[in-house]
Amino acid sequence: MALSQGWMKRYFKAFCKGFFVAVPVAVTFLDRVACVARVEGASMQPSLNPGGSQSSDVVLLNHWKVRNFEVQRGDIVSLVSPKNPEQKIIKRVIALEGDIVKTMGHKNRYVKVPRGHIWVEGDHHGHSFDSNSFGPVSLGLLHGHATHILWPPERWQKLESVLPPERLPIQSEEDCLHGSP
Amino acid sequence: MLRGVLGKTFRLVGYTIQYGCIAHCAFEYVGGVVMTCWLLCRVELILELPAYYESSSKLEEHLLDFLSFKPAQMIYILKGFQLKFKNCLSFSVLDHQWSLQFKIQILFLQKILVDIFMVSKGKFCHRGDIVIAKSPSDPKSNICKRVIGLEGDKILSSSPSVFFKSHSYVPTGHVWLEGDNLQNSTDSRYYGPVPYGLIRGRIFFKIWPLSDFGFLRDSPNGHRFSDD
Repeated sequence: MALSQGWMKRYFKAFCKGFFVAVPVAVTFLDRVACVARVEGASMQPSLNPGGSQSSDVVLLNHWKVRNFEVQRGDIVSLVSPKNPEQKIIKRVIALEGDIVKTMGHKNRYVKVPRGHIWVEGDHHGHSFDSNSFGPVSLGLLHGHATHILWPPERWQKLESVLPPERLPIQSEEDCLHGSP
Repeated sequence: MLRGVLGKTFRLVGYTIQYGCIAHCAFEYVGGVVMTCWLLCRVELILELPAYYESSSKLEEHLLDFLSFKPAQMIYILKGFQLKFKNCLSFSVLDHQWSLQFKIQILFLQKILVDIFMVSKGKFCHRGDIVIAKSPSDPKSNICKRVIGLEGDKILSSSPSVFFKSHSYVPTGHVWLEGDNLQNSTDSRYYGPVPYGLIRGRIFFKIWPLSDFGFLRDSPNGHRFSDD
C-alpha cells in the first residue's frame, strides 16, 4: 500500500511540474509566435475556401510578423472584428494609412485612410463584411498575418501578397508628401 | 567540466523561458501593474508651414481648431509615451483635408508625475470604469480613459471648442471614451468611438502616489453620462 501511494505521489508531482511548464509555454507561443485557425465563410473566395461551404481551409497565422504592426498592401491578415470583439475576421489589406481609396458601397465615394488605420476588403466583393461597411480599421485590432494554407493537403501553399490592380489606392502616402494637396 | 557549464546554461535558459511565459500569461489574462508618467513642463510651439497657406486667416482657423484645448506657451501636461521624441514632439492634424505639421519643443522640465495603478484584464466594462486601451491612431501607445457610453448609447459628441451641441449614437461593438480633464484630453470627441477589441484592461486601484492610495474615485463629469 505504502509503495503504491509513493508511486502515486511521484506521478502527481511530475504531472504538476510538466503542466506548469507546458501550459504557459504553449499559451505564449500561440499568442506571440503563430497559431492555426479554420476559415469559415465565403468572403475570401477564391483565395480561401474556393469550394464553398463543403470545404473549409485551415491557415497558419503568423503573429510574430505583425508584432510591430507592419503590414503591406495585399497581405491577408486576421483582425478582431470591430463590430463583435469575440469574432475574428480574415481580410486582405487594400490600403495603408494616408492612402486614398475608391470605395465600393461605402457611404463616401472616396476615403482617406486616417493615421494608424488600414482599409481591408474580402476578395469576394459583395459577399464580404469589410471596410466598405464598417470603414477603416485601427491597426491595434490586427491579430495575425495568414501566411500558409495547411489543410486540406492538396491545397497546401504559401499565400501570396497580391493586390488586385483595380484596387490600387488612388493616391498613396508617398505621393501625398511630395505633391500638392 | 564543459558538461556542467552546458547543463547549467541550458537550465538557466529553460527557467528564463518558463518564467517569461508564466509572466506573459499573467499579464495577458489576469492583470498587473501599469505606470503612467506625466510631464509638467514649459513648451514652445514651432510651426512648419506648408506653402499652400497663402492667407493667414485659413491658418488661424485651423490652428484654433487644434489649439483651443492645447494652449501653447504655458504650463502644459504631456503624456509620458511621447517622451521617446526626447525634446521635440511632432503632431500632425490629419482630420482636415490638408495636413498641418508643427513641433512642440520642451523648454524646461518642471516635474515628473508618476502614477502607478493595478489593472485587471478583461474586455468588458461598465459605464464609469477607467480602462487602458490601445490608441486608435497609434497602436504602439496606450491611452487611459473613462468609459462614458457603451454600444447603443446616445452621447454628446461635440468638442469643447464647438458651440453647437451634437449628439450621436455609439455603434455596435464600440465604446465612447473620454478623459476626466475635458479641457485637455484627446479622446473619442476627436477620434470617434473606440472598438471593444482595443481595450486591454480596467484600472481599479491606485498604488502610487501614496496620498491617493485606494480605489479610484467616480467621474467628476457625471453629467456627461447618458441616461439611456
